[in-house]
Amino acid sequence: MLSADLSLILPEIVLSLFAMGALVGAVYSGKDALAKPLVWATSALMVALGVWIATRGPGTREAFDGMFVSDTFARFSKVMILVSAAAVLAMSQDYMARRGLLRFEYPVLVALAAVGMMMMVSAGDLIALYMGLELQSLALYVVASLRRDSVRSTEAGLKYFVLGALSSGLLLYGASLTYGYAGTTLFSGIVQAAGEGQAPLGLLFGLVFVTAGLAFKISAVPFHMWTPDVYEGAPTPITAFFATAPKIAAMALFARVLHDAFGGVVSDWQQIIALLSVLSMMLGGIAAIGQTNIKRLMAYSSIAHMGFALMGLAAGTALGVEAMLIYMAIYVTMNVGTFAFILSMERDGQPVTDIASLSLLSKSDGGRALAMLVLLFSLAGVPPFLGFFGKFGVFRAAVDADLFWLAILGGIASVIGAFYYLRIVYLMYFGAERDDRLDANRSGVLWGMMALSALIMVAGVINLFGIEGAAAAAAAALVN
Amino acid sequence: MDNLLSITTFLPALAALILGVFLKGGDAAADRNAKWLALIATTATFLISLFILAQFDASNPDFQMIEEGEWLLGLNYKMGVDGISVLFVLLTTFIMPLVIAASWEVKERVKEYMIAFLVLETLMLGVFMALDLVLFYLFFEGGLIPMFLIIGIWGGKNRIYAAFKFFLYTFLGSILMLVAMVAMYADAGTTDIPTLLNHEFAHGSFSVLGITVVGGLQTMLFLAFFASFAVKMPMWPVHTWLPDAHVQAPTAGSVVLASILLKLGGYGFLRFNLPMFPVGSEVIGPLILWLSVIAIVYTSLVALVQEDMKKLIAYSSVAHMGYVTMGIFAANQQGVDGAIFQMISHGFISGALFLCVGVIYDRMHTREIDAYGGLVNRMPAYAMIFMFFTMANVGLPGTSGFIGEFLTLMGVFQVNTWVALFATTGVILSAAYALWLYRRVVMGDLVKEALRSITDMTRREKAIFAPLVFMTIWMGVYPAPILDRIGPSVEALVETYDSRVAAADLGGPQVAAAEEH
Repeated sequence: MLSADLSLILPEIVLSLFAMGALVGAVYSGKDALAKPLVWATSALMVALGVWIATRGPGTREAFDGMFVSDTFARFSKVMILVSAAAVLAMSQDYMARRGLLRFEYPVLVALAAVGMMMMVSAGDLIALYMGLELQSLALYVVASLRRDSVRSTEAGLKYFVLGALSSGLLLYGASLTYGYAGTTLFSGIVQAAGEGQAPLGLLFGLVFVTAGLAFKISAVPFHMWTPDVYEGAPTPITAFFATAPKIAAMALFARVLHDAFGGVVSDWQQIIALLSVLSMMLGGIAAIGQTNIKRLMAYSSIAHMGFALMGLAAGTALGVEAMLIYMAIYVTMNVGTFAFILSMERDGQPVTDIASLSLLSKSDGGRALAMLVLLFSLAGVPPFLGFFGKFGVFRAAVDADLFWLAILGGIASVIGAFYYLRIVYLMYFGAERDDRLDANRSGVLWGMMALSALIMVAGVINLFGIEGAAAAAAAALVN
Repeated sequence: MDNLLSITTFLPALAALILGVFLKGGDAAADRNAKWLALIATTATFLISLFILAQFDASNPDFQMIEEGEWLLGLNYKMGVDGISVLFVLLTTFIMPLVIAASWEVKERVKEYMIAFLVLETLMLGVFMALDLVLFYLFFEGGLIPMFLIIGIWGGKNRIYAAFKFFLYTFLGSILMLVAMVAMYADAGTTDIPTLLNHEFAHGSFSVLGITVVGGLQTMLFLAFFASFAVKMPMWPVHTWLPDAHVQAPTAGSVVLASILLKLGGYGFLRFNLPMFPVGSEVIGPLILWLSVIAIVYTSLVALVQEDMKKLIAYSSVAHMGYVTMGIFAANQQGVDGAIFQMISHGFISGALFLCVGVIYDRMHTREIDAYGGLVNRMPAYAMIFMFFTMANVGLPGTSGFIGEFLTLMGVFQVNTWVALFATTGVILSAAYALWLYRRVVMGDLVKEALRSITDMTRREKAIFAPLVFMTIWMGVYPAPILDRIGPSVEALVETYDSRVAAADLGGPQVAAAEEH
């Protein structure tokens, strides 16, 4: 059966082999001359793999005795991960090259992280889960400190590493408790042990620790402390990467663990997730108000967004998972566009991240300001942009699961959140006149990403580009 | 044409998209093209909307020309018009070309300006036609963004303060509305407006912290919607954003604000509060009648002492909207008919008054009443037109202003004589402030040095006013075509309202609920 197993994980194998081959090739060819073509090749390969996975046909298939699951849910998440990672790679090439950061390790590490993420969303077993998670995390720790000579960047990498190791420890501890009380590491076994009735107390402890570990990965409050520092310290393209693909992977993994392994005890974890959700939405909204650095602001913004996505999970239903998937898809699209904008913020060739530097951008660069305006209103969830529908979906799921209070608190949180997005719009359109204007945008790729994602925010309102059906199928495959 | 409503709604947005994507450059030629495209698009929208009027069956009180389709996330796309909404649609499409024409002299960021107005038109039309709760909310909230930008970018000196005040006031109101919508969905299980209109929401009294809420859920829902629409309307005491927004907005922005956006509040009352929560309306209604009277008298007095022309007209708008809320919550045929009529007539008259201010503001760049005087000597045509709309604003018989005020007063007289009595003083007060304004600005000798070289209205300006003058007189002399179209829908509304209130058998002291809130 080995051949069948291998053929199922062929996309992962291809990407791993590519990464290793690239590593070997780049080492032998010396210096970083290969880096630029490598970035494009990785990006292209990821898109190709995404298309391949998307067209692999329906149904649930398992490999390695259930440790690896390829169902609609996993495929949906993988496509999102691959496409967003490819988009971020493509955006970052110019920025990295001009700052001397474009080393050949960069695309290789991103590719390896993507392999880890693909393993995560397909995990059917606690060991497979941990393997995928660590592969992803280790790659991310390194890219966070890619700018070796910058104190900020190394600090970000170290912080991320120490706290990430802590959370992995928590997760591992929870996993071992779960194993101890369930007698198996397979999700299908755990779900039986947890049963319909009373789950053993030890198993619930395991659930709590696993939840804490995963909450760290998606930076949900109160496990969010690393996020602003890492977002600010890491080079901007890396921040963009952190804000997109790993978030999808962790959120999908979260959904998989909760539903596949602990699907029988929804009421036990529902309140935990709801609490995480409320705290994240509120803190993300309030703490972002005082930020002056746009990367830190985006960190808090992503915390708040994770809170909204968790609201879908808190519902504990297929509708909730569907809403979460749609939310993540919209979130990632918005973030790719927003980070393309942040990457294009330069003055005299130097990157700036100060929000005040955006003053009256609408006068000097109307197109860029307009695209950002759409993205910001969409991030804030103001209708008629797509961001509103993401929020609407999770609210609907929460109301459907009788979590009225959660939906109402979410409504309040989105009003608070609207304020700081609005402040950027305010600066871009009504701000004070400044002498030091931002440079004109010089990268076609960045402008393309910005414009495309803004257009999606407007045009997606028509039918969400049909991903609703795919998300529903994915959710149905997970929750049954 | 099956998609007439959608075509009308989205045509301006399409034009905005074309402007945004295809029109490059900021030179004079690009600006001219932007203006012309916007004018053509809004005029075409108006012409298409005439087909809606032609196809509209005035004798049918139900929703017509319904378009329905599945949309995303379990939502439905559903559009339709009835007697209450169809004239607002026409009002919007009628005003917009005039607004674009009145903005011909805008110099700054013309392309963005036109895009903002075109998008705004789509959203406003959508509000009047949406037959799904979420769709309604979408259009309702979306309208905030372009208006926020219009005030904030093209406004006067204090524009940013005004833009934020406008945004936060209205946004806060709408969040309460969103919560209420969630509760409605939970109670009725649908977001379809026609179904919701037939659904009877729970109205059993319940106690919160020892206070009995008469009308129960209906009262709560009523208050949540009321919070949103009262701000939009705006009603006293949440009207203070309006004078600021008006003063700072560019002329065209003021016209849209006064002519159309204020009507969203009244339309919301008629579409949601009155028919969906009749018990709530019956409980809170008396309070609203008194709030309306306070609005009429108080804001008229405030208008008397204003030194800024736009502020004066803004306060006068609040007073006139007081008649509208009064008519609506009188909840009888005359009252509601009058309220709708008053809203449409106010759409023409107040729009025209703001345009009148715009005419002299464009020349002198001040709105201080003291800076003017004796304009009649240099601007006879302007004096004529300003006179006409001043009279219409006062409610002179023969103009549309009279019909609306008279009908609402007649409606409310049957319900509460005292309210009608106090409201009538508003007619006198409005004559006082409007005529005094006219005297100070237009009459007398031309003594101010700066005014000696002021020129009379251009042909473009006269052309903008002509249709407004025509509509005001026509509606004042022969209101039947309007009332015929409103009538059947209003009759059905009032009938259901009465029967539901009677069935609910309120009993008990209604004061309790009034006190609590």
